[in-house]
Amino acid sequence: MLQLISLLVENKPGALMRVTGVLAARGYNIESLTVARTLDPELSRMSITVDVEPSQCAQVIKQINKLINVLQATDLTEAPAVRRELVLVRVRSAKEDRTTILKEADIFGARAVESSVDGFALEATGDSEKMDAFIRVIERYGDIEVTRSGMVAVSMEPKKLKLAPPVRKEYLEAQEVTTE
Amino acid sequence: MARLMTGAEIVLECLIREKVDTFFGYPGGVTLPLYDALYDSKIRHILVKHEQNACFAAQGYARATGKVGVCCATSGPGATNLITALVDALMDSIPVVAITGQVSTKLIGSDAFQEADTFGITRPCTKHNYMVKNLAELPRIIHEAFHIASSGRPGPVLVDIPKDVFQAQGHYTPVTSVHLPGYKFSMDGHAGQIRRAAQMVWEAERPMVYAGGGILHSEASKELREFVEFADIPSVCTLMGLGAMPSEHPNYISMPGMHGSYAANMALTESDLLICLGVRFDDRVTGRLAAFAPHARIIHVDIDPAEISKNRVADIPIVGDAKRVIEKITENLKELAPEMRAKNSSARKAWWKQVRDWKAEHPLVPEFSTEEIKPQHLMAEIDRISGGNAIVSSDVGQHQMWCAQLIRFNEPRLWINSGGLGSMGFGLPAAIGAQFAQPDKLVFAVCGDGGFQMSIPELGTIANNNLPVKIVIMNNGYLGMVRQWQELFYKNRLSSVLLEGFPDPEKLAGAYGFTGKTVTKPSELRAALQAAVDHPGPYLLNVMVTQFENVYPMVPAGGAINEMVLAPPTPVGV
Ligand SMILES: Cc1ncc(C[n+]2csc(CCOP(=O)(O)OP(=O)(O)O)c2C)c(N)n1
Ligand SMILES: [Mg+2]
Repeated sequence: MLQLISLLVENKPGALMRVTGVLAARGYNIESLTVARTLDPELSRMSITVDVEPSQCAQVIKQINKLINVLQATDLTEAPAVRRELVLVRVRSAKEDRTTILKEADIFGARAVESSVDGFALEATGDSEKMDAFIRVIERYGDIEVTRSGMVAVSMEPKKLKLAPPVRKEYLEAQEVTTE
Repeated sequence: MARLMTGAEIVLECLIREKVDTFFGYPGGVTLPLYDALYDSKIRHILVKHEQNACFAAQGYARATGKVGVCCATSGPGATNLITALVDALMDSIPVVAITGQVSTKLIGSDAFQEADTFGITRPCTKHNYMVKNLAELPRIIHEAFHIASSGRPGPVLVDIPKDVFQAQGHYTPVTSVHLPGYKFSMDGHAGQIRRAAQMVWEAERPMVYAGGGILHSEASKELREFVEFADIPSVCTLMGLGAMPSEHPNYISMPGMHGSYAANMALTESDLLICLGVRFDDRVTGRLAAFAPHARIIHVDIDPAEISKNRVADIPIVGDAKRVIEKITENLKELAPEMRAKNSSARKAWWKQVRDWKAEHPLVPEFSTEEIKPQHLMAEIDRISGGNAIVSSDVGQHQMWCAQLIRFNEPRLWINSGGLGSMGFGLPAAIGAQFAQPDKLVFAVCGDGGFQMSIPELGTIANNNLPVKIVIMNNGYLGMVRQWQELFYKNRLSSVLLEGFPDPEKLAGAYGFTGKTVTKPSELRAALQAAVDHPGPYLLNVMVTQFENVYPMVPAGGAINEMVLAPPTPVGV
């Protein structure tokens, strides 16, 4: 089944590899993955859609939570959350189709972000099914190329972030430098 | 208080502050600056013969003491040689810090000489790993590595340090705290759950304690004993937990599982409440999971939440440190005792009788013969000399199972073996680490004739340091455990399991400058073993045992643990 996982991760080298490693080691295929930094530039938010054995969903979250660089891993598959995707479509079209395309785009809340004699670049956001439908519609007007962002999600439940406090190491204190 | 130091000096300074007195390693091009600084350091470095064994020795050191074991390797082949031993430490939750050299930062990614992506390769082999990019972060990372390795569920941590970071000079400011916001683990356990667990313990008619390696890691064997005694419950310890309960404790049965005793497996199967402490329901313990302890409710205490309900759903999950949680459970038991203790006392009595009957029905007793030395006879003799007090570092195979069945351990950290990964070649280097950690203890390395030949080079390390390790080869002329499976499950078609040409032990040990002997007669075994132990310094004792002995009881792979094969059906000859 497709599981949607939202992660708050330290923005450090290797952090992404650790997360995907947990999934790859179990042979799970990642359907989509987005990463970008948060308000705090030291942290990144990841949204992952991954095809997981249903019995293993909880285990996957626990294993990801164990990673030192992961501050929080949340399963949003069933949770109240907003899930969106961004789609960019470049369409080459005949001259006579141009106004119709723009109208169709308008129905999906999409807009033209670039226009040339050959066609448009359209931008749309929405849930995945709606984006599928949008792409199917635009496809009929000519050659298209599509880039999808993959699912990004924000939880509607404020979850308290539990963080480990600094640990004082008494035995490291009050010692002279020993190396000559 | 900042002082100008090189990266190499800072590494050693941090090790000293972490109270490291000994570490194991092998130098190379990019670790030259570190080894140069070591020349002036008070830390003892033990030069092994292969990096895998540096990490196994560090593990032996850690397993024998609970302290962090440290090993070191150069870049490329040095680092890749560590892999097996790192995974081994990960599987058994052993605190190890591995320091590897890396090519200089400006060369990383250029396929430079002896460059390997150590950070990438060891990511799934460690609890956590680091690549140090500059001098400023070096002390913080080293101390974080020790913190991560030794806290929570322990494990190996690798720190990859480029040559130019070792060489760089900078002001060293000691680090006195570590901050890892994402590294959370709970120690205390949920008070309500602990209360419910205590109630459940009193309510149970056929309770059993199933204790594992987690007891050792949290130093909880005293608390475990108090709990088991107060509630008067029978207990089993897994292969990783041997010694958590003294072997001869009246409440202790034996090891359970694939080669566990009849009593242990029957008791787990018939129990109505398993109190699972620092265990992970490994398949070698549970057999067919669906048939494991089918009547039991489960109280599962572990510091790693991912272990709870991973293989068997827990009725009472308690995430916390075994020591603290067990202590609290006992406190609660005591509070509840006046009203609850008497309730099931007759059922409990009947349960104890049943457990004792099982024990009497099929006890784990050694076999003897007057013609040949039975493997079990050898273990009984080691046990006699040890009296439950020697360190026994075992390799992997049949001999490991007979050791676990027949040698007593009065305390934790005496039994050292590769449990989760089952790495042949572990026994000898781990014994080296254990002997360095416990110089006054009697240390046996018990190896098969196969696994021993994987670690022969370390005879050199033993000789160089005149380590009084007693190496005992249980020589059956076969890769015995694999031969056993071929006999039982592959129509005795023995394929590539015959070990021909075992080196002459006298000459072999002699080549390294110490004594080696072979013993073949049962009547001479005791004296031969005693001579090895009485001899000051290293000793290699090659014990020729029955070739075709199989380990019993045995639960065939995929079987339920109460469906043990107790003895060979018919004698099989070749
Ligand atoms: C590195 C490694 N390779 C292969 C195995 C598979 N294996 C498990 S037990 C065993 C036989 C060990 O033979 P020996 O050391 O003679 O011990 P015995 O079983 O005869 O006591 C083998 C090959 C292993 N556990 N580890
Ligand atoms: Mg053998």
